[in-house]
Amino acid sequence: MTPLLELRGIDKSFGPVKVLHDVGFSAYAGEVTALVGDNGAGKSTLVKCVGGIYPIDAGRLFFDGREVHVHSPRDAAELGIEIVYQDLALCDNLDIVQNMFLGRERKNGLLLDEDTMEELAERTLSGLSVRTVKSIRQQVSSLSGGQRQTVAIAKAVLWNSKVVILDEPTAALGVAQTAQVLELVRRLADTGLAVVLISHNMNDVFAVSDRIAALYLGRMAAQVRTADVTHAQVVELITSGRSGDLGLKNGVTP
Amino acid sequence: MSKVKELPGEAIVAATQAPSVRNTVVAYVQRVRGGDMGALPAVLGLVVLCAVFTTARPSFFTAINFANLFTQGAAVTLIAMGLVFVLLIGEIDLSAGFASGVCAAVLAVTLTSAGLPWYVCMLAAVLTGVVIGTVLGTLVAKVGIPSFVVTLAAFLAFQGLVLVLVDEGTNISIRDEMIVAIANRNLPPWLGWALYLVCVAIYAAVQLRRARSRTRRGLVADPPWLIGVRVGALALIAGLAVAALNLERSRNPNLVSLTGVPIVVPIILALLVLWTVVLRRTSFGRHLYAVGGNTEAARRAGIPVDRIKIMAFVICSSMAAIGGIVAASRASSVDPNTGGSSVLLYAVGAAVIGGTSLFGGKGRVLDAVMGGAVVAVIENGMGLMGYGASVKYLVTGSVLLLAAGVDALARKRASAAGLR
Repeated sequence: MTPLLELRGIDKSFGPVKVLHDVGFSAYAGEVTALVGDNGAGKSTLVKCVGGIYPIDAGRLFFDGREVHVHSPRDAAELGIEIVYQDLALCDNLDIVQNMFLGRERKNGLLLDEDTMEELAERTLSGLSVRTVKSIRQQVSSLSGGQRQTVAIAKAVLWNSKVVILDEPTAALGVAQTAQVLELVRRLADTGLAVVLISHNMNDVFAVSDRIAALYLGRMAAQVRTADVTHAQVVELITSGRSGDLGLKNGVTP
Repeated sequence: MSKVKELPGEAIVAATQAPSVRNTVVAYVQRVRGGDMGALPAVLGLVVLCAVFTTARPSFFTAINFANLFTQGAAVTLIAMGLVFVLLIGEIDLSAGFASGVCAAVLAVTLTSAGLPWYVCMLAAVLTGVVIGTVLGTLVAKVGIPSFVVTLAAFLAFQGLVLVLVDEGTNISIRDEMIVAIANRNLPPWLGWALYLVCVAIYAAVQLRRARSRTRRGLVADPPWLIGVRVGALALIAGLAVAALNLERSRNPNLVSLTGVPIVVPIILALLVLWTVVLRRTSFGRHLYAVGGNTEAARRAGIPVDRIKIMAFVICSSMAAIGGIVAASRASSVDPNTGGSSVLLYAVGAAVIGGTSLFGGKGRVLDAVMGGAVVAVIENGMGLMGYGASVKYLVTGSVLLLAAGVDALARKRASAAGLR
């Protein structure tokens, strides 16, 4: 199976600080790939390189088997890569429909086509089986953390995206809301999207992911199937970069 | 292959809550109590002020004074309508008052010294506003100077510019019939009624069409009774206003008849409709709200934030230009004080009293009109009571502070109620 998104040999430095060394990473359609690592391991940097926010110093990016170049967020969006950032990119003073179509409004001549947008938003949300919002015309400010995260994710899938990258979607959520968002993450993958889930939380990772990629100090320590590893092994990979046969050999990717 | 269990009890759907009378009223009360009061303070303020002034000075409640209110408040209202755009993106324009003075001076100079026709002069004045707005907006958005500083600097510089334009303080009088007519002449009564009928009919048609189209698509639509109430309220209030303005208000009707809707009223109405459509129904308007609500989110959504900000300043200064033209028309002259003294604070006050937030992201053009009415009533009523400038300034300053306080408290309350 070819990965939908594949990175090979990505290097990235900020001045003298080398943040990513020779990182390889793959994400497959229909699967949730968890990207784990300690603070400062380079998870967010890697995602921003994919999203076209940071230019990469070296390395190649493949999308559906062919090499692509991503220079701006617009390039990424055109390929079908959507990133849901940690700090939610929603406007509190707008309602759910307005937020979902922000920057890409449907128009009827000069004027906005509110009714079509409302229908499409409704369809997307019910396609994701989101039933917890009272009205899609309520302001985002009145939503709970989980509902806001849901809207942010729904916004990402509205655009026929193929890869959805979620940067710690459950970091600020309570127990019930976390379960709600994880359920949504799983459902995204089940509809055929390649989902990349960045998380610190081992429970979340083991609850929804099919594969785990562990970053250690800017290097890819290991990419494994979730079913093949234990909790403890993943924690070891995160904290020391190796666990038994898995992981880095003498500090470099084998 | 779902690994996550379905969560029972999470599926709470109330998506299509029937919009009954009770639901609508309850939702409105909840909104107000949550701090989202809209124009309610302005409406209440208007009622209270009118009641107080009428009891204190019966001459307040006369046809001639009612017409005066419109022409007195027009310039400030127009400037406030422009300010709403700048306030929406969370910025401020302290130079709008003197920008209107500069544009009025351009109008006067092109009209008298250059002797150009009135429409060319008005165009020149509005273009001056566009240029001013572009410069201010570029300094704020591209260079990154805080709007407070940019427009404070412009506030000083424009005073100098007006002096240069009017030759160090001479008073240029305007005699052009068309320009003077804007704030000093009235529509014939029949035309007032015709405009009234057209406006009410269009409003009703737009409301009904939207409701019908939404019902056809299976979306939640406003129920007929709500549309009826809205259209009825508009028809009643506007009808009373037109009727009052069509009363004879000349002291000596045999000599000179003075009736009809002041010409400036349809001008304000047209601009109100135009800007409301721009804000509510175009992607530009949507983006203005987005920039005011969360600039970073707007940027990530691909919205050209800088361009939106510059456009907001351009609209603000252009509306200031139109306000300046009206002010020049009303005074039939332009001097170094046009657009000066309290004009700016009245305009900011009008926008804020009407419910536009100083924190950005919340406001309507209608707010500026409602607030402008409050400011006009205060100024007019205080004048009738015979208070001098000192009391007027004190009262207006207090009202502005009160409005800003209500805004800040409403915001606090809204964040507590989870509405913001």
